[in-house]
Formats: sequence, C-alpha cells, structure tokens
Amino acid sequence: MSRAALLVLADGRFPAGGHAHSGGAEAAVKAGRITSAASLEDFCRGRLHTAGLVASALAAAAALGVEPRELDAAADARTPSPALRTAARRLGRQLLRAARVTWPSAELDVLAREFPKGAHQPVVLGLAARAAGLAPEDAAHCAAYESVSGPATATVRLLSLDPFDATAVLARLAPELDRVADSAVEAARRVADEGADALPAASAPLLEVMAEAHAAWPVRLFAS
Amino acid sequence: MTVTGVRASARIVARADGRGGTALPVLDGEGPLALRRTRSAGPEAKVMVVGAMSGPLGGDRFTVTARAEQGSRLHIGSAAATLALPGQAKGEARYDVLLHVAGDAELCWLPEQLISAHGSDLRITTRAELEAGARLVLREEQVLGRAGEQPGRLTSRLTVRIAGRTVLDQELACGPGATGGWDGPAVLAGHRAVGQLIVVRPEFAQRPVRAQVLGECAALVPLTGPAALVSAVAPDALRLRRLMDEVLTQLGCGERP
Repeated sequence: MSRAALLVLADGRFPAGGHAHSGGAEAAVKAGRITSAASLEDFCRGRLHTAGLVASALAAAAALGVEPRELDAAADARTPSPALRTAARRLGRQLLRAARVTWPSAELDVLAREFPKGAHQPVVLGLAARAAGLAPEDAAHCAAYESVSGPATATVRLLSLDPFDATAVLARLAPELDRVADSAVEAARRVADEGADALPAASAPLLEVMAEAHAAWPVRLFAS
Repeated sequence: MTVTGVRASARIVARADGRGGTALPVLDGEGPLALRRTRSAGPEAKVMVVGAMSGPLGGDRFTVTARAEQGSRLHIGSAAATLALPGQAKGEARYDVLLHVAGDAELCWLPEQLISAHGSDLRITTRAELEAGARLVLREEQVLGRAGEQPGRLTSRLTVRIAGRTVLDQELACGPGATGGWDGPAVLAGHRAVGQLIVVRPEFAQRPVRAQVLGECAALVPLTGPAALVSAVAPDALRLRRLMDEVLTQLGCGERP
C-alpha cells in the first residue's frame, strides 16, 4: 500500500470534476441557511453524518470487492432525489475516466462497460482506491472527506468566505470524520454476510428536497 | 423490582372474499395496538388502530404486521397520534411495522402522526415488501416535540422493496444524542415536522411521475422503480399534514368519503 497514492486520489486537483459541485451548499446559501463559518460547519457536520456516511460505506464496500452493481442499486435506494442520482452518476463517470488512466485495472474497465452512463461516484471511488492499491479505510476516508470539502470550498466562492475560516471548519470536523470513516468500514465489512441492507441509510431530508429545487434554477454556479 | 416494558403486537391479514370485497381472516391486536374494523364502501377493508394504552414508553416493544393477499384492498389508519414518551423501563422503545403486499393487492398505511416527546427514546422501523404488481400508499409523519417542547430521541428507518429489489432505504436520526448536524442547515434546519409519502403503482414503471418541487421544503420525485416519493419538512405538524393531504389528492389517493 502506498500512502502517496492516497494523496493523489484525495487531492482536490485530481481531475474528476468535483469542483463543479457544491454538495448542496449553493441551495443552502441561497435559502439563507449558510451565512457564516459557523453555519457552514453545521451544514458540513449534518452532511458528513448522512450523505457522507453513506458514501463512505459505499466506497469502503467497493474497495473490499463487493459487487459494484449491488452497491450502485443500494446507492439509488438511498438517494431519492433524481437530481442527486444524476449528479452522482455524472461524477462517477468523470472519476472513472481519470482513474482508468491513472491506475489502469481490469476491474475499472469492467465497470466502464457495465455502466456506460456512469455508476454512483462513491462506488467508482472505492474501486479506484482498490486499483491504486489502497485499503477500504482509505476509500472511506476519501469519500467522507469529499462530502465536506466540496461544500466548504464552494462556500468560499459563494459567500466570499475567508478560505482560512473554511479550512478551519474542515480541520475541526477531522475527528468526527475519522469516526464516520471507521463506522463506514465496519458496516462495509458486514455487507459480505448480511447483504447491502447492512449499509447505513442515513438521510438528510433538506439536502434531497433542496437538490430538486436547485436543479430547476435557470442560472446557477454549481451543477449540484 | 425490575421494570420491563410492554410487549404488544398486532396482526392483520386481508383476503379477497370472492364477492368483490375484502375479508379480514386475521385481526389480532392488544393493549396499545387494539384494532377495530370500521365501515367502508367498496372493495376495501378498513382497519383502525385504536390504541387502548399510551406509548410507546421506554423499553416497550411494539410490532405491527399487515398482509394484503392477492386481490385484496386493505386500508389501515389510526384513531389518534402516537406519542413516544419516556418510561420507567430502561432503554429505547422499539416500534416495528412490517407490511406485505401481494401482486394485484393494495395496501394503504396512513397512520396519524408520531410525536416524539421530550425525554423519549424511540427507534421505529417500517418495512414494506411488495410483490411485482402490488400497490401501496404509505405515509409517515414525525413531529419533534409537543408544542414548544424539545424533542426526544427518534430514529426511524423506512425500507421499501418491490419484487425483491430495494427502491427506498432512508434513516433519519434526530433529537438529543443523535449524530451532529441533525438540526442544522443540511438536515432539518429547525423544522419540527418531517414526513414521507410513498406511492407504488405498477403503471409508474412506464409513466413515472415527474419530479416536482412542492412549496419551499418538499418535493415529489420518481424513485428507481414503479414508485413515487414525497419528502417534506415543515415548521409544524399542521402544515406538514396540509401538504401531505394536497399531494394525496393530486395523486388521486385522497380520503374517500
């Protein structure tokens, strides 16, 4: 296992298109629910323990070698908003394109053939981590971190929030992020015996509902 | 003296009676889950959970199992809201609902609201298992605290499977002790009522509903299967119910007189 490979995969400059998505922050800023570093932190904490936990467990399970089709269906069932399902598949397709060049692997080739329209991003992330020789814990950390780093950097642009403050939010969330990744890996290991029902299903009603409203905006800065 | 919670269960089986109506060969309930068949016109059988005790209280275990067999129409409601309260017994209360719907059968599960009172600790699971061709209307509404009161701890998981495939799996945890951010801008943002309405119809496979934003904090969406979901959060129970009623009417499954 290479620790540096994790840095490559988790780097915000990894060319997988994540910068075009705000993880629901754009809609929350417009609704007046994110107005400061404090409310950004509250937003990120809620997202981490819901969508972040689910993404983290999906990524860990994919890295453990669970059948991607089963995980992709589990992601659909945990993502009622069609706007969010579309965004997750688009991000998955972009990540897969980058990962296949970065860490060529037969498993990634099969995934591309089976999901021409893209698989849910965390599933691709888990398989990319596997192709990079990383562990399920790494995939889980990567997914959990992305669930909060996207909204934090987007809010810097949306609110002209001080980037130092936004980064401090991420640093304060780090211990919780470790715990989320740990419980995600624990759930992912149970999938082999118990099936996909063992995956967490934590949901954030406002993220789902607001994503539908956001997708209908005529002009927006972020795709989701 | 060890205090243990109440164990209560209710079982309902609906069967086509062969004359265009629905019979109820099994209608067993007790204590907090007492059942009554009520009058209804047409092919459906109507059952009310009347609940002769309060609860669930801490340590209680409630289980409701309802099965709509081939060709039957079953409507289940409740006479009053369910109030989760703290109890003398240790530990969380559990309330498990298991619904089975055969192909060419219809089940409406439309209970009144679940209110999470201050100090209570309840885990509720609702699991609907549908065969291909089954129809379902399922509403769940949760109210966090009575008027002006902090809520208790409430964890609810709703799972819907159609022909062996999970089309919806959602868990919501809120109240003291829930994971951080539950009341923040990503999850509930201070709203005190949250609800889901799921409608399963075979015809949605060919003609899914179109995604639609309903007011400020609700949306109607197609799921990946013959099902539609309304997710809503609202400031209070009354506004949530009004919204749910409007959507039920819009989808053509409003209360029949």
